[in-house]
Amino acid sequence: MAQPIVSMTNVEKWYGSNHVVKNCNLNIEEGEFLTLLGPSGCGKTTTLRMISGFELPSEGMVKVEGENVEKKEPYDRSVNTVFQNYALFPNMNVYDNIAYGLKVKKVPKAEIKERVTQMLKLVQLEGFGKRRITQMSGGQKQRVAIARALINRPKVLLLDEPLGALDMKLRKQMQIELKRLQRKLEITFVYVTHDQEEALTMSDRIAVMSAGVIEQIGTPKEIYLKPRTRFVANFIGESDLFDGIITAESDGVLSIGTEVGTVKGLKENTTIGSVKVNDPVSVCVRPEHVKISTEKPEGFSVQAVVKDKIFVGNLIKEIAVINNGNEIKINSINAADLPEPGSHVYLSWDLKDAVVIPERSEITLDTADKLKEVG
Amino acid sequence: MSDISVKAQTVVPDAKKVTAGEKKVKHGRKQSIRATISNIIMCGPMTIWSVLFILIPVVMLVFMSFMTKGLLGKIVYKFTLVNYTDIFKPVYFNVVKESLIIALWTTLLTVLLGYPLGMVMSKLKKKTTGVITILMMLPLWVSGLVILYSFVIMLNNSGTINSFLMNIGLIKKPLQLLYNNFSVTIGMVYMFLPFAVLPMYSSIEKLDPSLIEASKDLGANPVTTFFKVTLPLTSPGIFAGVILTFIPCIGYYMVTDMLGGGTSMLVGNLIYRQFTISRNWPFGAALSVVLSLIILLMVVIYTKLGGDLDDLAS
Amino acid sequence: MPKKKKKGHGWKIAGNIYLVIMLILLYAPVAVMIRYSFNNSRANVTWQGFTTKYYAELFQDSNLWDIFFTTLLIAIIVTVIGTVIGTMGAVGLSKAKFPGKKLITNSIYFPIVIPEIVLAVAMLLMFNGAGVQLGIPTIVIGNVTLVLPYVYITVKARLVGMDPSTEEASMDLGADRFYTFTHITMPEIMPGIIAGAFMSFSLVLDELIITSFLTDAETVTLPIKVYSMIKKGISPEINALTTIVFLAAMLLVVMYLVVTELIDKRKQRLAV
Repeated sequence: MAQPIVSMTNVEKWYGSNHVVKNCNLNIEEGEFLTLLGPSGCGKTTTLRMISGFELPSEGMVKVEGENVEKKEPYDRSVNTVFQNYALFPNMNVYDNIAYGLKVKKVPKAEIKERVTQMLKLVQLEGFGKRRITQMSGGQKQRVAIARALINRPKVLLLDEPLGALDMKLRKQMQIELKRLQRKLEITFVYVTHDQEEALTMSDRIAVMSAGVIEQIGTPKEIYLKPRTRFVANFIGESDLFDGIITAESDGVLSIGTEVGTVKGLKENTTIGSVKVNDPVSVCVRPEHVKISTEKPEGFSVQAVVKDKIFVGNLIKEIAVINNGNEIKINSINAADLPEPGSHVYLSWDLKDAVVIPERSEITLDTADKLKEVG
Repeated sequence: MSDISVKAQTVVPDAKKVTAGEKKVKHGRKQSIRATISNIIMCGPMTIWSVLFILIPVVMLVFMSFMTKGLLGKIVYKFTLVNYTDIFKPVYFNVVKESLIIALWTTLLTVLLGYPLGMVMSKLKKKTTGVITILMMLPLWVSGLVILYSFVIMLNNSGTINSFLMNIGLIKKPLQLLYNNFSVTIGMVYMFLPFAVLPMYSSIEKLDPSLIEASKDLGANPVTTFFKVTLPLTSPGIFAGVILTFIPCIGYYMVTDMLGGGTSMLVGNLIYRQFTISRNWPFGAALSVVLSLIILLMVVIYTKLGGDLDDLAS
Repeated sequence: MPKKKKKGHGWKIAGNIYLVIMLILLYAPVAVMIRYSFNNSRANVTWQGFTTKYYAELFQDSNLWDIFFTTLLIAIIVTVIGTVIGTMGAVGLSKAKFPGKKLITNSIYFPIVIPEIVLAVAMLLMFNGAGVQLGIPTIVIGNVTLVLPYVYITVKARLVGMDPSTEEASMDLGADRFYTFTHITMPEIMPGIIAGAFMSFSLVLDELIITSFLTDAETVTLPIKVYSMIKKGISPEINALTTIVFLAAMLLVVMYLVVTELIDKRKQRLAV
C-alpha cells in the first residue's frame, strides 16, 4: 500500500491539565473520505486542527505526505480547511474570497481569473463573483468556502462540521454534492461531524472518537455491524446490549450468563482481542436483528413483555421490557411480525448477527447515551 | 453517576503514566516559534509601554508620597506618614471637602441635564444621533480651554448676561456670577456634559422597549415605570456618566483657575501647587494617591454594578 | 388610544425642544468666542466694536503660528505612535497568553480611570527619577500614555465583533501572519483604529495638564499659551485662531457626513 497522505503517530494533546486527545494513531490514505465522528468535546476538531497546523501536538508526530510537519506553519502546509462557520472574509466579495489563496501566492491575474471562474462553475455559483458575502444564503456561503479552500489544489481538504449551520434539507443535498465533488476531484477529505448519519452516508472510513480516544476506525459497514466498543455500538445507530459473563464455550459458540438468562454469541465475533470463560462481556445486537416470537424458540431466548409499538413510516419499532427492567428495541419492516403491547414474548437472534464486546470500563452505556444527546 | 466516576478512575493505567502526564501539563501548551515571535512583536510595545510609563510611575508616586520634604523643595528619602496626616489639616482638608462638594454638584447637574438628553437622543434616528453627538463634542475637540474662556466674557460684571439683565431692567446692580463656585460648576458641567451623555444614551438605547411596554401593560404609570424599570436598568450608563464627570472634575485645575479667580481651590489646584509654587513633591504625591484611591473605589463599585470600563472611552 | 398617542407626541416635542435648547447653550460660548475674535479691544472682556484686525495680526504673528504648529506636530506624532502601539497591543493581547497579562491589560485602563493630574505627576516623578530632560519627547510620551487606552478600547471593541476564524482561514490559504494582519485583520478593525486615532488627535490638541507637567521652558503648546493668558485675558488672536480651527473642523465634519451619506446611498443602490 502507498504511504498514507496524513499520518498521526502517538499524538497527545493537552490543554493545561485537560487531556483532549489521547494516543491518537491515524493513517489517512490518499483519495479517501475519512470522517472523524464523535460527540462535541471528544477531541475531533482538535485532531483536525493538528493536521491543519493551528494546534501543535503536545507529543507525537503528524506527517503530511510523509513529511513531519511540526515546524510547518498553517500557511506552509499543503492542506486547506473549510471552517465551521465558513469564515468568509466580510470585506471582500465572492470572487476575491475565492481568489485569496492565489493572490497570496502572487499568481498572475489572468490565471487567477481563469481558476476562480472554474471554481465558481465547480460549486455552481457562476455569475455570483461580484456578490457581497452578506448577500449570500447559508448554502451559497458554504459553496464559496469550499471553492476558496479548493482553489489552492490542496492534497487534503479538512472540513470542520461544514454543514452544521444548514437546515436539514439543504444538509442532505450538500452531503451528496460534497461526496460527488470528492469523487470527482479525487482529493482526500477529512471530515469532522457529530452526526452519525452524515458520517455513514458520506465516508469511506469513519474514525469514531470519544473523550479524546479513537474507539474504532473502519468502513461505515464495519462500524455499524461490528462495533468494537459499547460506545460505538450506542453512538452509531441503535443497539441492544446484554451484559454478562462468559460461562461456557463450545465449538466457537460462547454462552454468556446474564441477569435475564443465558444468551449466545460467536467467539469469532469478539471485537477486541480474545475472550475466555469468566470474562465479562456485552452482547450487542442491532434492533433489526432481534427476533421476536410468542413461542419459546429453540436454542436460547430472553423473556420479555412488549411495552410499545410505534409506527415510524418505513418501519415499525417495538420496545420490550426484559426481566431486569431494561428496555430492548426491536425494528421490523412488517407490522404483522410484531405482537401487540402487553404480550409475553421471547427474544433471540442469529448468532452471526451478534457481536461480543469485552468489558471496557471507560465508557458506560449511560455516558454514551448522554453524549449522543448532546451531540 | 458515582459508579461511572469510580470506573473512570480505575482506568488510569498505572502510577508511572500519571506522573508522565503531569510532567506534560507543564509544557503542554505548545505553539510554534513564529507564533510566539508574532505575539511578542504585537504585545511587546504596549506591554513595555504600560510597565515603563504607567506601572513604574504609579509605584514611584506611591513611594514619593511616603518621603520627607527637605529644604527648598529637596526630597529627603526618609519614610514618613506626615504627608498623609497633613491632608487632615483644616487648610487642606477644606480644599478636599470643597472639591468633593463641587465635584458632586457638577456630577449631579451633569446627570440631571444629560440623562434626559440621552433619552431624547435614543428616540431619534441613528444617523441624527450621530450628527448631534459630533455637534456636542466639536467645541471641546477644537479647544475646550479657549471656549471655556467665553464664560468669563459672559459672566463678568459687565458681561453679556449682566448687561442683558440690566438692559431689560430686571436687576439694577450686576450680579456676581464670576469667580465663585457657581461659575466653576457651570464651567465644569459645560466641559463634561457631552462626554457623560454618551454612555447614558447608549444604555438607554440598548434598553429593551418590550420591558417598558410590559411594565405599562402590568398597570404601572409612566412615572412608576421610569423609576422601577428604566432607571435601574440604565444605571450602569448613569454611573459611567458619573465617573466620566467626577474623575476629571477633581483634577481640572484650569477651570478653577479661569472661572474661580483664585477664590476657590480644588484638590487639582492643590496638587498643581505642590509641584510648582510650594515645591512639596511628597505632599503632592500623597494627595494624588488619596485622590486616585477615592476614584478607584468608585470604579470598583461601577464594575461591581455591572459596568464596563470600555464604556468610559466612548 | 388617540389620547395616548397625543400624549406621546407632546413628550416628543418637549424632548426635541429640550435638545435644541441644550445645543444652543452648548454653542453659546462658541458664538461668544467667535464674536470676540472680531472685538475691537485687546482686553477681550467687553464689546468695543467690530474689527477684523486680529485676523490680520494672527497671520503675521509668527510666534503664535509656531506654537500652533508645535501643537499640531505633537498631536500628529502622538496620534501615530499611540494608534500603532494601541492597535498592535489590542490585537496581540486579545490572543497571546503570558504570565502577568492581567496586570498589563488592567494597567492600560489607568490613564482613563485616574485623574489626568495624577498621571501627570506620576510621570513627572518617573522622568525626574530617571534623570530625563523634559521637552518634546517627554510631552509625546506622556500624551501617548494618555491616549493609548482610547485606541486600545476602540480597537478591542471591533475585535470582539470579528470572527477569529477569518484570520485562521487566511493563514490556512497560505498567507503568513503579516499578510493576514494587513489584509484581513486591519480592514475589519479599521473603523476602531480611525475612531481611536481621531479621539487621540482631538484629545492631544487640547491637552494641558500632562503637557504642562512634562514640558520644558521652551516648548509651548496652544493650551499652555492659552493657560498662561487666562489671568490677564485671552488675546483676540487666540480667539481668531480658534475660530479658524473651529470652522475648519466644522467643514471637515460636514464633508465627512456628505461623503458617508453618498457611500450609504451607493451601497443601497448596489444592494437593490
